[in-house]
Amino acid sequence: MSAKTLTIDGQMVSAGADESILQAAREAGIRIPTLCHLDGLSEMGACRLCLVEVVGTSKLQPACHTSVAEGMEVRTDTERLRAHRRAIVELIFAERNHVCAVCVASGHCELQNLAAAVGMTHVRYEYLAPSCAVDISHARFGIDHNRCVLCTRCVRACDEVEGVHTWDIAGRGTESRLITDLHVPWGEAASCTSCGKCLLACPTGAIFHRGSTVAELEHEPTRIAAIVAARSERW
Amino acid sequence: MDLTELHGIAERERARRKAIRIHCCTSLGCHASGALELQRRLEAAVEAAGRADTVEVVGVGCIGFCGHGPLVSVEPSGLLFERVTPEQAPDIVAALDGGPCAAQRGDPNHPFFSRQLLVVRRNGGRIDPERIEEYIAAGGYQALYDVLHDQSPAEVIDAITRSGLRGRGGAGYPTGLKWATVAKSKGAPQGAPRKFVVCNGDEGDPGAFMDRSILESDPHLVLEGMSIAAYAVGADQGFLYVRGEYPLAIQRLSKAITQARKHGLLGSQIFDTAFDFKVEIRVGAGAFVCGEETALIASIEGRRGQPRPRPPYPAERGLWGCPTLINNVETFANIAPIISRGADWYAGIGTAKSRGTKVFALAGKIRNTGLIEVPMGITLREIVEELGGGTADGSPVKAVQTGGPSGGCIPASLFDTPVDYESLAAVGSIMGSGGMVVMDDATSMVEIARFYMEFCMDESCGKCVPCRVGTVQMHHLLDRICNGEATPAEIVQLEELCQLVRETSLCGLGQSAPNPVLSTLRYFRDEYEERLRHEALAEEAP
Ligand SMILES: Cc1cc2nc3c(=O)[nH]c(=O)nc-3n(C[C@H](O)[C@H](O)[C@H](O)COP(=O)(O)O)c2cc1C
Ligand code: SF4
Ligand code: SF4
Ligand code: FES
Ligand code: FES
Repeated sequence: MSAKTLTIDGQMVSAGADESILQAAREAGIRIPTLCHLDGLSEMGACRLCLVEVVGTSKLQPACHTSVAEGMEVRTDTERLRAHRRAIVELIFAERNHVCAVCVASGHCELQNLAAAVGMTHVRYEYLAPSCAVDISHARFGIDHNRCVLCTRCVRACDEVEGVHTWDIAGRGTESRLITDLHVPWGEAASCTSCGKCLLACPTGAIFHRGSTVAELEHEPTRIAAIVAARSERW
Repeated sequence: MDLTELHGIAERERARRKAIRIHCCTSLGCHASGALELQRRLEAAVEAAGRADTVEVVGVGCIGFCGHGPLVSVEPSGLLFERVTPEQAPDIVAALDGGPCAAQRGDPNHPFFSRQLLVVRRNGGRIDPERIEEYIAAGGYQALYDVLHDQSPAEVIDAITRSGLRGRGGAGYPTGLKWATVAKSKGAPQGAPRKFVVCNGDEGDPGAFMDRSILESDPHLVLEGMSIAAYAVGADQGFLYVRGEYPLAIQRLSKAITQARKHGLLGSQIFDTAFDFKVEIRVGAGAFVCGEETALIASIEGRRGQPRPRPPYPAERGLWGCPTLINNVETFANIAPIISRGADWYAGIGTAKSRGTKVFALAGKIRNTGLIEVPMGITLREIVEELGGGTADGSPVKAVQTGGPSGGCIPASLFDTPVDYESLAAVGSIMGSGGMVVMDDATSMVEIARFYMEFCMDESCGKCVPCRVGTVQMHHLLDRICNGEATPAEIVQLEELCQLVRETSLCGLGQSAPNPVLSTLRYFRDEYEERLRHEALAEEAP
C-alpha cells in the first residue's frame, strides 16, 4: 500500500492510500466531529458534521467518506465549518424531543458531547416537537423515537455485523422513522436475534436496556469495531 | 433486420398513407380534454363523408400548444384547429378543402410555432407514436444502423463530444465526456464486466412535462438514442426509469419496446452485428429525489430511493457496482438527430457553450401555455413576449421561474438574458430540466419561495440533517414572513440557513433547495420586508 502525504490544519500527515481524511486526521491527533460514522461500519455521509474544506475544491467534503490524496490540503476547523457544525447540532436538537434531564444516556451521550464540542449554548430554531412513540415490546430492549437522530448506525450494525437487517427506515424527511422488520413492534420482529448490537451502536439514548433509569445507560460503540476486527483477524 | 428491410418498411408505410392526414393529438393534455372521443368522431365523420379512401385520422403525439387543446392539424394543408369539441368533427372533415368551419382555427404561423426549432420534437404531433412503421418512415433507426456498420464506439463518442451536447436533466454535464468516462471505466475489480445504460424519466419538477411529452410522442427516438449510447459505451442492458404517474408514457414505451424487439431493433445481433441490447422499464413511485442519479440507481436495485455520496460517480460504479451511463430523456432524444445530421450541424445551433435546442414547458400567467423547443441563446423576452404572447389579460409580467424547486426567479428587468447554462446561473437561476413558470404582478414572490420550499421539505428523503431539518426550519420562517409575524432578524436567520443547507447537504435536492429563496431575496427583498411584523419594525427603528 502506497502512502500519501497531505496537510491537515497545517500539519504534515502521512496516510495509507485507501484511508479517509477522517482516519488520517485521527492518527495525527486532529479531532473532527462525527455522528453517523462508526468504526467498523460502512460510511453513510449523512450527518454532515465531519465536513471539511479541501483547498482547490469549492464544495465541502465529508471527511469520513473522502479519500486522502497526495498533496491535499485540508482545513478542519475554520470559522465557516464551526458555524455550520453548531447549526447542524442545533437542528438535530430541534428535530425531536431531546430532554436530557430524563434520558437514560445523559452523561454518556454522543449528541450531548457534540453539543459541548461545537460550543452550542442554545437552540436558535423552532422545536418541531413531533409526537414520537416508545416501543418496549421487546423483552430486553426498548426504543424511544424521541431521541433517535436517524444516524442509521443501528441499521448498519444489524445488517453489516449481525447480518440480519431487522432495522430500516420508513417514511421520508422529518417523518422518517426507524422500523423493525416490515413495521411491526420490535418484540414481534421475527428476524431480531436479540444480539444487542444496535444498542452498542446507538449514539444516544434512543435504544436502551429495559429497566435502565436516568443517566445509567452507557453505550459501547467501540465494541462494534472490536467485533469486526476480531472476525477479520480470524478469517 | 438489415437495411433493405428497414427501407422496405419505410416505403410500405409511405405507400399505405392516405393523401390527407387528420392529426388528432392524443397526448396527455389533449387526452384529458377529450381527444380520444374526438378521434373516434373524426373517424366516423370521415367514413360518413365517404372520404375514407383518401383521408385518414391519426392519433399523434403532443403538438405543443397544449393550453389550447384538444388540437387537430391537417396535412398537407397545414390547417390547425384548437379547442375542438367532438361535435365539431363533421365540420372539420367538411372543411378539409378550405371553407368555413365552426371549429376554432389556430394559426400555424403564429410565433409560438414559427420561433421554435424542432430537433427532439420534430416528430411530435406528426407521427403515431404507437406504430414503429411511422417512426421508421420518418427516417428512424437509420442512425443506429449507420453507427453499428460504419462507426467505432470511439467515433460515436467523438461525434457527441463535438456536437457540444450537454445533459438536459438539469446540470448540463457534457454528454460526450460522460460517455467517454463510462466507455473507459472498467468497473469494480471483483465484479462482472458489465455496463448499463439508464434513461432518467423521473421528471419530478412541479409543472414540468417535457420528458413525459417526448416519451408519449416519440418513444422510439429515446430508444434509438439509448441503443446508440449502449453501443458507444459497451453496455448490453438498459433501463428506462419512468414515474408511475405517467401511465400513458409507460404504455407507449412498452409498446415501442415490444415492436422494436419484434423487428430485431432491440435484442441480440441488432442489424446483423455483434451488438446486443435489451431495455426494460422500471416504474418509479414518484418521489422527486429518485430523479437524483444515485437514488435512482438504488431504486432500480430495489432498495430505498436515497442518494449516496459521490464519488464514486455512476460512470464508475453505478447499478450493482457496474459502470453505468445515466442520461435524461431529452439528452437521449438528441442523439439520433446528431448522428444523422452531423455534429457540426448540431454545434451550429445555440451559443458557444450551450449548443442545440432546449424544450421548455411554458406555464403560469401566460397567454400561450404549452411545450416549446427553442434554440439555446434565445432571450427570455423572446420566449415570454413572442412565443408566450405575454400575460393573458395584458398585465405586465413580473418574473419567470426556471429550474423548478432547484432554480430561481428572474425579474422582468433581466429578460434580455439569453437562455444558456452560464447566463441563467449568473442571474441566480439554472437552466434546469425545462420548467418555465411566468408570474405577473399579482404573484407574491415570498409565497412562491414558500411554495417551492414546501415542495423540497416534503420531498427531502431525510438522509442528511441539513436538508431534512433545515428545509422544515426555512419553511417555518417563510411561513412566518408570509403571515406577517416575522422580525427582521428572521430574514437574517433565513439567509444563514440558506447558506448552511446549500453548502452542507448531501445531494442536489438539499444543495439547491435554497435557490428559490435566495433568488427572490436578491431581486424582491422589498416584498419580504413589506411583510415583516410592523411592531417589530418600529421597535428596531433607530
Ligand atoms: C433532487 C434531484 C432530482 C433530479 N431529477 C431528475 C429528473 O427528474 N430527471 C433527470 O433527467 N435528471 C434529474 N436529476 C439529475 C440527475 O441526477 C442526473 O444528473 C441526470 O439524470 C443526468 O442526465 P443528463 O446528463 O443527461 O442531464 C435530478 C437531480 C437531483 C439532485
Ligand atoms: S436508534 Fe440510535 S443508532 Fe438507530 S438511527 Fe436512531 S439514533 Fe441512530
Ligand atoms: S439533501 Fe435532502 S434529499 Fe438529498 S440526501 Fe440529504 S436529505 Fe436526502
Ligand atoms: S460522520 Fe461523516 S457525514 Fe456523518
Ligand atoms: S398534449 Fe395535445 S398539444 Fe400537447
